[in-house]
Amino acid sequence: MSEKETGAAYSAYVLGLADDALIYSHRLGEWLTWAPALEEDMALANVSLDLIGQARSLLTHVGSLDGTGRSEDDLAYLRDERDFRNVHLVEQRRGDFGQEMARMLWFSAYQKALYAALADSADEQLRAIAAKAHKEVRYHHDHAAQWVVRLGDGTQESHERMQAALTWVAPFVDELFDDSGAAVAAAVTAGVGALPSSLRSPAQASVEAVVAEATLTMPATPKWHSRGGREGVHSEPLGFLLAEMQYLPRSVPGARW
Amino acid sequence: MSEGTLPLFEVFVRAKRGLSHVHVGSVHASDAAMAVRNARDLYTRRQEGVSIWVVAASDIVASSPDEKDSFFDPAGDKIYRHPTFYEVPEDVEYL
Repeated sequence: MSEKETGAAYSAYVLGLADDALIYSHRLGEWLTWAPALEEDMALANVSLDLIGQARSLLTHVGSLDGTGRSEDDLAYLRDERDFRNVHLVEQRRGDFGQEMARMLWFSAYQKALYAALADSADEQLRAIAAKAHKEVRYHHDHAAQWVVRLGDGTQESHERMQAALTWVAPFVDELFDDSGAAVAAAVTAGVGALPSSLRSPAQASVEAVVAEATLTMPATPKWHSRGGREGVHSEPLGFLLAEMQYLPRSVPGARW
Repeated sequence: MSEGTLPLFEVFVRAKRGLSHVHVGSVHASDAAMAVRNARDLYTRRQEGVSIWVVAASDIVASSPDEKDSFFDPAGDKIYRHPTFYEVPEDVEYL
């Protein structure tokens, strides 16, 4: 396979990473003015901006890998729901603050393991993006951990709600570590991507350490778990999210600041 | 969680090695560890610092505006305390 063909084969893998960051950044952006305190508005917006930065670099890279030459904006704003490759976890509607911290705890633990593993990627550009992003997501994980510990080890109500939040997020976790799909196979074969299942053990260890410190317990294995995001099969909330995110560039094509 | 239940912390940021920590503002936080993180997000967004201190606002003991006369005015006519009688070398930026 030529270098070009290899790039095209694993571009869908990179697109999955990009869409996770893009969609979660949008969900976090929705917290602005709704967080428990002004300070938390800023903190969540900071995390959201870090993720937008990652999404921009990754999407731009996808555009050159897949040979279509699409820009980051083309990919973010002009694709339809079935063309998005993010996991279900990041597209779920904004719940209460405990749920958001549970989601951020898992997602940042996953990203931390992911970007650490991509330090060995054969793709130089991906290596560089991962090196920068790794520092960012370590902070995201720390931020979520601080809150999970305070809510878990806080009042009786905050403890119960934080425990419920961990149960809420559990069915969406497995999908992050799912190895199936042609994109993952192509990326791993090319020495470019990290096998998702290999990220599970470090990510789970980070989460479990926080949960234990927070005097909470890991929820039982859920009977149902989400699937299909990497193939473009999404849950209902993504359509509404995209409608809002893509509205402007679609109604005013080529709009500029 | 209303603002009234979260204690206030004063924030001090050191812009770079060799400078002092300077008061930049305040944040609300549940405790000191969270205050450092909130301060990081609010006051070092543009790489303003390499180090942050926070201190509970309630722990600061301050002079009272009512005491301004006795505290500060007596220094007003003692010009010999001001370093105006020698030249500052050009390269000393942060004196």
